[in-house]
Amino acid sequence: MDLNLNDSAHGAFPLMLEKKPPLSGSAALAESMRCLFCFDAPCIKSCPTGIDVPAFIKKISTGNMVGAAKTILESNILGASCARVCPTEVLCEGACVLGADHEPIAIGRLQRHATDYVMQRGIPVLHPPAVRSGFRIAVIGGGPAGLGCAAKLALFGHQVTIFEKNLLAGGLNTYGVAYYKMKPQVSLQEVELVKSLGVEIRTGTFVGRDISLQDILTTHAAIFVGVGLGSGKKLGVPGEEGSGVRDALDFIRDIHQLPLHKVAVGRRVLVVGGGNTAIDALVQAKRLGAESATLAYRRNEEEMSAYHFEIAAARGDGCQFLFHAMPREILLNADGAVCGVTFRDAKKNSDWIEPCDQLLLAIGQPMPSVLIKQLFADIALNEEGCVVVDPSTGQTSIPHVFAGGDCANGGKEVVNAVGEGTKAALGIHQYLTGKGMKFPRQSSRLGVLGSPSGAGILNPVRVKES
Amino acid sequence: MADLSIHFAGIVAPNPFWLASGPPTNTARQAHRAFEAGWGGIVWKTIGEPIVNVSSRYSALSIGGVRMAGFNNIELISDRSIATNFREIAEIKKTWPDRALIASLMTDTRANWHDLIKRGEDAGVDGFELNFGCPHGMCERGMGSAVGQNPDVTEEITSWVMAAASRPVLVKLTPNITNIVHAARAARRGGANAISLINTVSSIIRVDLDSFVAEPALDGASTHGGYCGPAVKPIALNMLQSCAQDSEVGLPLSGIGGIATWRDAAEFLALGATSVQVCTAVMHHGFRIVEDMIDGLNFYLDSKGMKSVSELTGRALPSIRRWENLNLNYQRVARIDYDRCIRCNLCHIACEDGAHQCIDLVDAPSDCVGSKIPKIREEDCVGCNLCQIVCPVDGCISMVDLPADREPMSWNQYQSLLADGAIAPIPPHP
Repeated sequence: MDLNLNDSAHGAFPLMLEKKPPLSGSAALAESMRCLFCFDAPCIKSCPTGIDVPAFIKKISTGNMVGAAKTILESNILGASCARVCPTEVLCEGACVLGADHEPIAIGRLQRHATDYVMQRGIPVLHPPAVRSGFRIAVIGGGPAGLGCAAKLALFGHQVTIFEKNLLAGGLNTYGVAYYKMKPQVSLQEVELVKSLGVEIRTGTFVGRDISLQDILTTHAAIFVGVGLGSGKKLGVPGEEGSGVRDALDFIRDIHQLPLHKVAVGRRVLVVGGGNTAIDALVQAKRLGAESATLAYRRNEEEMSAYHFEIAAARGDGCQFLFHAMPREILLNADGAVCGVTFRDAKKNSDWIEPCDQLLLAIGQPMPSVLIKQLFADIALNEEGCVVVDPSTGQTSIPHVFAGGDCANGGKEVVNAVGEGTKAALGIHQYLTGKGMKFPRQSSRLGVLGSPSGAGILNPVRVKES
Repeated sequence: MADLSIHFAGIVAPNPFWLASGPPTNTARQAHRAFEAGWGGIVWKTIGEPIVNVSSRYSALSIGGVRMAGFNNIELISDRSIATNFREIAEIKKTWPDRALIASLMTDTRANWHDLIKRGEDAGVDGFELNFGCPHGMCERGMGSAVGQNPDVTEEITSWVMAAASRPVLVKLTPNITNIVHAARAARRGGANAISLINTVSSIIRVDLDSFVAEPALDGASTHGGYCGPAVKPIALNMLQSCAQDSEVGLPLSGIGGIATWRDAAEFLALGATSVQVCTAVMHHGFRIVEDMIDGLNFYLDSKGMKSVSELTGRALPSIRRWENLNLNYQRVARIDYDRCIRCNLCHIACEDGAHQCIDLVDAPSDCVGSKIPKIREEDCVGCNLCQIVCPVDGCISMVDLPADREPMSWNQYQSLLADGAIAPIPPHP
């Protein structure tokens, strides 16, 4: 087993339990009754997968839980994990019309309520057509983008094989989400859901090493690339090789793979970075028992790319922040273990030493451009190294190759990856069959006027953080 | 997935969800959008000699922030010409041949009824619904509820229509009558093929306490309106069941009154309706609500192992009997689950002041939050359900059947046992 799925030892780490617990049935009913059931609702437009939010909430309010889950999963096959890990504050809930003078509807928690209902009971809600198309499609990368693409293709009747380098599929949803937001079981259940649609997942299979692209091309009519990003960047300062210096994502991966008491957590943990991964590592170090957890960022707070509500929550957990802190050298003791970092204060132009016994680096993941170029020498990449795709179909500069998720968007949320993968599935279907999407385009249908359900939203509205 | 299609008095529809005659079924544009959304049938807004409407037509009862718990209107029948209505009906029927399209009609003389029937059949309607129910405006002119309130007139006009109609005819009844069964029997005697019920309840929905004008207000005045929406559902269910179980009625029933969700619809079906009609809920949220109605009912039927919606029709009817046939020896009592109790004590005060004084407030055990907790004196509990009804926590108070230590005995049986001297009188409650 590649994951720590045993909850029995978690008693010692109550703070690692779900921060947002499930809603009770009566709380979900009361919350669903509060929804205004807006027409052409803003919550739908701000969801990158375009879930018909008022429709599924209405269904919860009438006790139609299977229907609610179906509405969610038709648009977003990873609806259960997105319910837990989406930054709803800047997406659906941020757009909720009740936010203006009331409380926005707890859309994420209601979505969890509906998806939990069918997943806990093993109720199948999506059914691939009995008649198969005969087309085979390869998906490289079994993360959120690949799963989103594969599920949609399977529902069109195509035969899909996912090639996943890890022993388990799910990508960062399985290995890299803050543990107190979601346990990896949820991600694995979703992998099973995708498999139940007839998708084959070959785990432990690295394309280019375990199987050649040529082999794939001879048997598959189209390819979706959802390989995510590369492993963590280095600081490029002396001392980075010292023990106790780790990539933040490796640290988070440990939390998912080891019993929690075996995860190496320092007494004084220092995290370098300013994004949401940095915050996730910081908060988990603190919640796992670090006496102090401090984040060092080279610029000021407003320039951090982490969500402000996540920063505020980290402060609530007792984490500390250093700004204008430029790392110059990692200090190692006689045993070669990290004991501090020399920072340059970018404002005062002076140096100081911040002691620590664990240093987590979260300064971004590189684009996987080398890997992608090895597979597809002619594929067009932009200046940042992202695969260039047609935003409405996911098609790359190579007609039979489509892409989505982090490797095409540079690194966004799970929900963006699912949305892009789903949209690419529509593009692939159109490419293979020559048929445009024939959806029930009913102007009177629930949801966004004239927009087909499950097609994802081309330009989701992102709500400004207040 | 279960089969939702219905056969209703010769009218076929892909599902039992029909739009009731009213503002949502006034035009071809609306009918088209409704069928696109998935409605199985439409009863077109009542056609008759065009009327003149007033401005300010609707008003609503909001309860504790729930809008449109009840709704009333003083709008009359269609204000569009008969020709326009039937022309649009013909267009819609051609575009949507698989859906039920029923024309609601209201007029006065036999000749006028025959004229409307002829024009409706020429337009291709699947059936007619005779509006004997509107309780405002038209009744003052001897139509609408004025007909439905007089069984003899109901029977006579129905028989006029039946002499001319070759398509199925539904008679829509008013609830503004002491016993709706008499009206339903009259429709049957007149030859009607089916009954739909209920039309709106005569009402004054509210009074503005600043202007002292009732609503809907127009030019300082108001009038009686037709009351509908979720609040009328229990009245409609009662009348539906009364007709469903009356052997002299014996006609297919289309249930109307406060239906907003698939659950409401399922209750109407269980009490004997074959189709249901919806209006107010669509006026609130639009035609799109039918999506949840269809898949909600589908999943429900699946969960009950029912292959067709027809298996649901009438399922709850055997449970309804006359009071005199209920079992006097059945006893239930309330039980409190203290793990769920939140100590609001509403059960205590409701029982103490409002019912039968059998829930005490007693000193709480030391490990409990709060100094007092409610405790039921089971030997005094009459099993009235009030505490369970007021309890805000699901599953906290449950009503439990006590083991039956006596044979079932109804009031009727009790009376004959008393007459035979086989039983002592049940002593009065102290």
